[in-house]
Amino acid sequence: MSDVKDFFVSVRPTWCVGCGDYGIWNAVKMALAGLDLKPHQVMFVSGIGCGSKLPDYTRANGYLSIHGRPLPVATGIKLANHSLKVIAVHGDGDGYGIGGNHFMHAMRRNIDIVDILQNNQIYGLTKGQYSPTSDRGFITTTSPEGAIEVAVNPLALALAASATFVSRSFAGDPKHLADTIMKAINHRGYALVDALQPCVTFNRLNTYDWYRQRVYKVEDEPGYDPTDRMKAFAKALEWGERIPIGVIYQAEGKPTYEDQVPALRAGPLVKQPMVSPRFAEEFEALKDTFV
Amino acid sequence: MSVNYMTFIIGGEAGQGVESSGAGFAKALARGGLHVFGLPDYRSRIRGGHNFFQIRVNTRPLYSHGGPAHLLLALTEEAVLRHREDIPAGGGVLYDPELAVDAGWLKAKGILACPVPLGKIVKSAAGTRAMVNTAALGAATGLTGYDFSKVAGVIEDNFRRKGQDVVDLNLKIAQAALDYVRTTFASSFDYRLEPVSGPPRMVVNGNQAFCLGALAAGCKFVAAYPMTPSTTIIEFMSARAAPYGLVTKHTEDEIAAICMAIGAGHAGVRAMASTSGGGFSLMVEALGLAGMTEIPVVIVEAQRPGPSTGLATRTEQGDLLFLLHASQGEFPRIVLAPGTVEQCYEAGIRAFNLAERYQTPAIVVSDEFLAGAIRSVEKEAFDLSAATIDRGQILSDAELDALPGPYRRYQFTGSGISPRALPGHPKAVYSATSDEHDEEGHITEEADIRARMVEKRMRKLEAARQEMGAPETYGSPEADITFLAWGSTYGPLREAVDVLNCGGRKANLVHLVDIWPFPGEKVMAALSRSKCIVDVESNYSGQMASLLRMHTGIEVNARILKYDGRAHSPDYILAHLPGEVK
Repeated sequence: MSDVKDFFVSVRPTWCVGCGDYGIWNAVKMALAGLDLKPHQVMFVSGIGCGSKLPDYTRANGYLSIHGRPLPVATGIKLANHSLKVIAVHGDGDGYGIGGNHFMHAMRRNIDIVDILQNNQIYGLTKGQYSPTSDRGFITTTSPEGAIEVAVNPLALALAASATFVSRSFAGDPKHLADTIMKAINHRGYALVDALQPCVTFNRLNTYDWYRQRVYKVEDEPGYDPTDRMKAFAKALEWGERIPIGVIYQAEGKPTYEDQVPALRAGPLVKQPMVSPRFAEEFEALKDTFV
Repeated sequence: MSVNYMTFIIGGEAGQGVESSGAGFAKALARGGLHVFGLPDYRSRIRGGHNFFQIRVNTRPLYSHGGPAHLLLALTEEAVLRHREDIPAGGGVLYDPELAVDAGWLKAKGILACPVPLGKIVKSAAGTRAMVNTAALGAATGLTGYDFSKVAGVIEDNFRRKGQDVVDLNLKIAQAALDYVRTTFASSFDYRLEPVSGPPRMVVNGNQAFCLGALAAGCKFVAAYPMTPSTTIIEFMSARAAPYGLVTKHTEDEIAAICMAIGAGHAGVRAMASTSGGGFSLMVEALGLAGMTEIPVVIVEAQRPGPSTGLATRTEQGDLLFLLHASQGEFPRIVLAPGTVEQCYEAGIRAFNLAERYQTPAIVVSDEFLAGAIRSVEKEAFDLSAATIDRGQILSDAELDALPGPYRRYQFTGSGISPRALPGHPKAVYSATSDEHDEEGHITEEADIRARMVEKRMRKLEAARQEMGAPETYGSPEADITFLAWGSTYGPLREAVDVLNCGGRKANLVHLVDIWPFPGEKVMAALSRSKCIVDVESNYSGQMASLLRMHTGIEVNARILKYDGRAHSPDYILAHLPGEVK
């Protein structure tokens, strides 16, 4: 069995005391240990932002890429070696803002990666500007009169973009978050985990208490059926006084992107020979098509 | 009477099959042992407008387009008006008499007017409108007296997928047009074509040649967003993905294309992204990511005229300095600029070897001219036995198992190259980080480590510089005039040098394929005896001349620069020789 300690490194996080990133970090390690995964079997891919430093603080394969781009990097890694459990981990600015285009397309391609969005509704590392998920009217250094745009609804977007696993959890409940991440890892296909997290330094509105007063678990709701996409849409549209967390939607048994790529039927690309034994013969035949 | 020395132009609207029929005829000529060079010229539209395909034919190897057009196959009236001035006396124009062509104008210039009822021939055979170009090919075959079996063979190959009925119908139409022309005009046309003996030759363009190299190099992953003139690369590779075990991905944008290629490269497969300048502009930040995290990735940039959308279907060499300097910060990169289809094949192999050996991005830069122009070359030019795969320093599972301490991905080494370990092995666990990092890959802001990491990365550049090839010198060693060039201008300049040397002048060409790291000493040696250096580039500012001065102090004597979106040709270069060497 693996243990959360297997994922420890000597480097200490630079996050503020009380940051929601700690809860997400702990939940991720609990989920990996809970699924008996080993550090070399997992590949974290992050972008830029406070939370994107998570791979640096976690013993596992990691790639800390650039702002907004972890999903295409993760997609390339997965297509080259689909034996790795690939987990993208990045913030709301990274994933829903600058990387929004990749978000939409990763979902509809149903590539088998877990996408953990550390959603604190603010830009933390650049010291407090409003983010795509900031509520309308939110006052920050770049929205002194209050944010004019309506907030992105990640869950509804995900459902619209044919994501096959749509979930939300809360950094203040690491056990629920770990449980949700385990379900996401076990899901075959793209899996969104929108992880609500307070930014204790720059977001004085969406605090631990603010979230605690609002979140409720769909698992506890009698009769909630996460396979019903229309009901999931209704659930995804809930935001404000009550915020649903848990697995909002899951469609099992859908083929993943990599299932449908002929070249990957022979196993992970990186394990295949660089040129096939019959390559010389095939190459001559290919040349002849130009004659 | 001229035999096996002529130039055709097929001209018509977009959608009339100008390019496919031009390429088909070129192949038929190559099958007859003849050398061909073909230049497609098309507009950024799907229907209408004016497209043309120029094909030169010779018994000797050809390297460029240019010169007069001895036979025009005009599918529209506009084709006649646009090209009739290019036709010398004794040349001819094939056209459907239903087009309003001023035959009197042609006759007055000594040009043979050949009205052939192409439309009626197609109609009476119950063919479709698209088969008019098949009729035109048959007519051209008849007029030049060429062996119809060669043309018929290409028609069969091209239409076999559509069924024997379609093959037979096209053959019938081509034969009918040929018969009409032979009985009506053939004896009065001065330009003849006939098969000669020769080895089987491939008819290939630069993008195809590069793809052959990438396949030979074991490239397994190709990501791209369609952009002219690079699109045919991802199309070529996608068509062969299943049989060759490749993963190809048409991505949501060029940023995703390079990021996916970087991810695949990081995971351990040979990966590339293909694009043009606009797409490369989007890739720039990720290029630096590959440099910082030391990941091998190949980028092909087929240039077109910029800035911005520019001329979407035309050619330019305006991106050289951009490619050398793109991205914030400093890191090693490799830039290769092949000039011929043979060099495109070689660059396709070398780029992957260099990228892996130095664990850094390698860029292959071509342009619309090189990417799309076709040339006949011997099959031996694509020699697989010369394609060695060198993956550089990658730790094997056994070497990783035997590591005494933790694996240090970014270990300080004398060469700057730190042995890679591919993710998936228990000892190979580390993070690659776009932030500055220590030897294990962890984020650091320590001044000392930062400085040493910069030096480590840049040592790779110096090591790579040593293996950059010298420029090729073509022509007279003791030349009075030395053309300096890079990339696609090789062909037109080679022919211009031949013309000058045949005319009693002493000229040569110094041509760079290996651009970066700039092989300054080798370039200085190549230019050490040059008396007058004339820089020839398809851009406004003479970017190679600037690079030369920056790295060697050598100032060129003159420049011939072209930025109208059309490729340099031998005629253009010779007509624009600077005063001091005229």
